[in-house]
Amino acid sequence: MTKAQHFEWLLSLADDALILGQRLSEWCGHAPALEEDIALSNVALDLIGQSRAILTHAGLLEGEGRDEDRLAFFRSDREYRNLLLVELPNGHFGDTIARQFFFDQFAMIRYGHLAQQTFDLEIAAIATKALKEVRYHAAHSAEWMIRLGDGTDLSKTRIQESVDRLWPYIGECFEAHPILDAAITSGAMPDCKSIELTWKERVSAVLAEATLILPTDDWKQVGGRNGLHTEHLSYLLAEMQAVPRLHPDAKW
Amino acid sequence: MDLNQRFEDYIAADQKIEAKDWMPDDYRKTLIRQISQHAHSEIIGMLPEGNWITRAPSLQRKAILLAKVQDEAGHGLYLYSAAETLGAQRDDLMDALIEGRAKYSSIFNYPTLTWADMGAIGWLVDGAAIMNQVPLCKCSYGPYARAMVRVCKEESFHQRQGFQIMLNLCEGTDEQREMAQDSLNRWWWPSLMMFGPNDESSTHNEQSMRWKIKRFSNDELRQRFVDMTIPQVELLGLTVPDKDLKWNQSTGHYEMGAIDWQEFFNVIAGNGPCNKERIAARKKAHRDGQWVRQAASAYAEKMRTKVTPNQTNAA
Repeated sequence: MTKAQHFEWLLSLADDALILGQRLSEWCGHAPALEEDIALSNVALDLIGQSRAILTHAGLLEGEGRDEDRLAFFRSDREYRNLLLVELPNGHFGDTIARQFFFDQFAMIRYGHLAQQTFDLEIAAIATKALKEVRYHAAHSAEWMIRLGDGTDLSKTRIQESVDRLWPYIGECFEAHPILDAAITSGAMPDCKSIELTWKERVSAVLAEATLILPTDDWKQVGGRNGLHTEHLSYLLAEMQAVPRLHPDAKW
Repeated sequence: MDLNQRFEDYIAADQKIEAKDWMPDDYRKTLIRQISQHAHSEIIGMLPEGNWITRAPSLQRKAILLAKVQDEAGHGLYLYSAAETLGAQRDDLMDALIEGRAKYSSIFNYPTLTWADMGAIGWLVDGAAIMNQVPLCKCSYGPYARAMVRVCKEESFHQRQGFQIMLNLCEGTDEQREMAQDSLNRWWWPSLMMFGPNDESSTHNEQSMRWKIKRFSNDELRQRFVDMTIPQVELLGLTVPDKDLKWNQSTGHYEMGAIDWQEFFNVIAGNGPCNKERIAARKKAHRDGQWVRQAASAYAEKMRTKVTPNQTNAA
């Protein structure tokens, strides 16, 4: 993997965490119960923390003096490399939980591999810490999938709709991409198919317990890894980046 | 000796009242009112600061602010729990809040207009809250006093991060310094109002002082806050929007100008800049979340009825 590919690959890891953390932080103060204000903020904090560590590492690798904030606040949407899934609006609590559940299961498998690989030891260390956090996130989101799926008729209908709505964005998690191929060749990542199989197995088990149906449609909405995003990302970034861009020389 | 006399003697001897102890109805009511108002203030207080989480100017600041607002949710949670030890129910208290029957700290009815407001709120609003709250760690009701020990530890952390934001702004660009001064101008008087009306016009003072629910008067605490804060304002190189403020050598205290109590009473009466938005936001969160809470209860009930036969067998 070339240095440029390595850098791009790190951005894809960091951006997944940062954008989802930013989305989750929108819930703070507006969740269905105080316990969920706390829980969703906690998950957001972990994700933002993971993104900071990875962005710092990416900036050092690139060697052009860009720190975490430079990379977070001064890249345009076309330079962001996150999955489309994580930039989708929060919707209702069920939409947020379903998005989180799908992502947590993916992140847990991915960090599991990253913690073991020896291609990039810094990422291995970050992944080891992140894995502990993501296990809690995955337990939280899976428990809610089950509560909502097996709760009331209304909650079952709503969460099934959330699953169906998000489904087209799942394929991108396992989609081949030149940067990802380079990471796989270097031994930094396992092949996509094996991640997908493990993911499907775990997700199916939780959905079965939640009395929900796993969609079978295999249409994939992709583009995030190439910087081709949904209409939602540029709004998210405009909000997130407004203050530092208005005061580009300021320290905070 | 009658129960009431024994209760008064117990408090006079600085003993803690616990949840199951006998207490006069008025003591219970006063505490439920005060603790729930405090809890409401924590969760309404999440809104003006939550307003800037998505726009924090650095990732570190974003993480700190998010953790701070999360702490406030935690404070709300243990305060509602403390109120529950007195027989109140969280759902009823929440209903009273969103139906406009309960009070909360009126400071949160002011808008947060710039990033500097995250500094001013942490520094001044949390600073004033600490002045009010530290004495509560010694209040006569045990569960409240113990909750306040933890709340105060976290609040003092919040205050320091607020001051740090102000310090960074004041050491920064011209625009950042202007932002800091503008924010101090807007938050100074509302912060002084947080201590409540002057002693001669405060309604709950005397009884609460005797019961050791309150330990210092509004004016004493306000004075202490001003004496502590003015040197910090000077350190930042800012000025407070009070042309009458001056140091009194003979008393060893700052003298402050007159507070506009009309503004205070207007905001309390529901006519502050954001009263309606704050309540509307809480109402929306509560209503939008109803199906989720119902699902959680329904699921818990299913699990409970599933588990019961096994437990019976095991017994």
